[in-house]
Amino acid sequence: MAIFGLFGDQGTAQEAAIEAAALRSDRFRQQREGDWQRLEAIVLQMEAGRLRKLSDEDVLALPVLYRTVASSLSVARETSLDAATLAYLEGLVQRAWFLVYGPRVGLFGWFRRFLGGEWSRAVREIWVDILIALAVMVAGVFVGWLLVAGDPEWYFALVPEQFVDARVPGASREVLHGTLFGNSGQESLSAFSAYLFSHNAQIAILAFALGFAFGIPSLLLLVQNTATMGAMLWLYHGQGLTLDFAAWLSVHGTTELFAILLAGAAGLHIGRAIAFPGQQSVLASAAAAGQRASQVMAGVVLMLVVAAVLEGFARQLIDDTFGRLAVGSSMLVLWLAYFIVFRRTSNRSEHG
Amino acid sequence: MNAATRQLRNDRQRVMVTPEGIALPVVLASRGARFGALMIDLILIGLAMILATVAIGLLAGGTAKLGFEADQAKGAARHALDFLFILWVAAIFLFRNAYFLFFELGPRGATPGKRMVGIRIAARDGGRLSAEMVIARNLLRDIELFLPAVLLVGASAEGTDMGPVMLGATAWFLVFALFPFFNRDRLRSGDLIAGSWVLEAPKRKLEAAMSLGHAARGTSAATGAAYRFGEAELAIYGEFELQSLERVLRENRPEALSAVSEAICRKIGWNPGAGDERAFLEAYYTQLRARLEGGMRMGKRKADKYAGGS
Repeated sequence: MAIFGLFGDQGTAQEAAIEAAALRSDRFRQQREGDWQRLEAIVLQMEAGRLRKLSDEDVLALPVLYRTVASSLSVARETSLDAATLAYLEGLVQRAWFLVYGPRVGLFGWFRRFLGGEWSRAVREIWVDILIALAVMVAGVFVGWLLVAGDPEWYFALVPEQFVDARVPGASREVLHGTLFGNSGQESLSAFSAYLFSHNAQIAILAFALGFAFGIPSLLLLVQNTATMGAMLWLYHGQGLTLDFAAWLSVHGTTELFAILLAGAAGLHIGRAIAFPGQQSVLASAAAAGQRASQVMAGVVLMLVVAAVLEGFARQLIDDTFGRLAVGSSMLVLWLAYFIVFRRTSNRSEHG
Repeated sequence: MNAATRQLRNDRQRVMVTPEGIALPVVLASRGARFGALMIDLILIGLAMILATVAIGLLAGGTAKLGFEADQAKGAARHALDFLFILWVAAIFLFRNAYFLFFELGPRGATPGKRMVGIRIAARDGGRLSAEMVIARNLLRDIELFLPAVLLVGASAEGTDMGPVMLGATAWFLVFALFPFFNRDRLRSGDLIAGSWVLEAPKRKLEAAMSLGHAARGTSAATGAAYRFGEAELAIYGEFELQSLERVLRENRPEALSAVSEAICRKIGWNPGAGDERAFLEAYYTQLRARLEGGMRMGKRKADKYAGGS
């Protein structure tokens, strides 16, 4: 405090008293200002995206400095009335907090963890909703079947226009058989599967999105889609082509229907969390459910890509019932094994 | 900052508790800033999509020409075109979905648009912003924003009756677009599901310490006069007035300085002199702050001039 000596010609005792009292909070500030400014420099570099320019030392120092400055803020709040310094500290702590508690993994790191167990874990966590959605889908098939069996006119109501070509009630066995086999010469399979993907992705996303309204629209959408399947199943059953139709459908259907099942279940999961939050607040409950459901949904998108490839290529290239069934059922086994059997053994933390 | 904008800011003030247990005041991003950020991002995405389309289109044009010229190259050209089409679908899909994910999962937690308007996303509970949150909030963006657009484009391409489709898509869009207006924290539905919110990223410089100037220690540099205030003269003001005084000193506008020093002189019964207001106010500020901070350490606080006690 040598500089104060320069002015200490009059009333030194009083001067010292003022120094002791008035500058206490500012002296506190002067002692720690170095740390604050170092943290600010690091934060500035990181905010500007110049991570590589930072030395390892600085990167390691960030969490420590963050805690130091946070404790400075706590102390300053109790001892200082310097509004500008307090505001500066609050801003600095918040900026450092953004970085210290920011996302630890990038997009690729997340994707690796996602495939490496997060996805299957999220799927297992919503098993109740999956069972409900499955029950609804099975019920939908029965409803579709029974409605059309009772009155074939229902067929036109249940099956969307683009499927009603040759596949109408009363069509001969040959015609129906022709829709299932012998399309291997079709052109532009890849473009077709790209189209299928975006179409199916939309249904899945819709099933998920509608979960907001307490999950009920999700379930209705599932019923509507599987009722179509039930109606077509009835049609092919009438001509003794049940197994062939099932095989034709199963090539991509086991993957695609599974994906739609998961999407519906994810929507239902959110809907249930909002309708019945239990002990938590609605917001906390919705957030927890949403994070699980979104993992499932990211997986659904992947499954739909696989389904589109299978539908576009495998179904056209494999032209017999047995081969199709083999592909379809092995895909189903594969997915089930991945979701149920595959568990991450080592519990790695977030450092991706 | 005038009173009206301060009031607006206060509407957006929230307190968040960090895992260390420190309460931090945060400011929610305004809806206008978020809209602006979204527009910037959409324009960037649109540009990227157009560039990709043009590039792939040029490639496709070249390939098709090759196919026409040489008969034997026809099959190969068709495969190449198929491949380009898939590439295009994949590129559009990635621009649409991965753009937000990629940037918000980066260390800066903000897309270029958000960074430009100075906002970013954070976890609502003060904890770590997890990858799951970012995925969740952006998955919903697809539903909020792109689904009605796709619906409209699809319907117009198929030539169906546009009336009901338009109505449906608009209603759908509005439900989600207006969502932030109907909850306290201005959450988008994606934020609600993810447990995140959007905050202003603060930028503040460290200002000079007030009590280190000459005058702060009671001696005016200009006149050499020493200002000393007695207990009674300091006791009339509280923390609120102290911080107003600090603001006036930091802004350093002559007319404000003289008005404030006049008011203080009137209050404490001094004779206001002219020309040395700043030194006078600095001295008063420092001594008032010393007094109030001293009281603070003893657990006695005086919020403003109306508060009793010390």
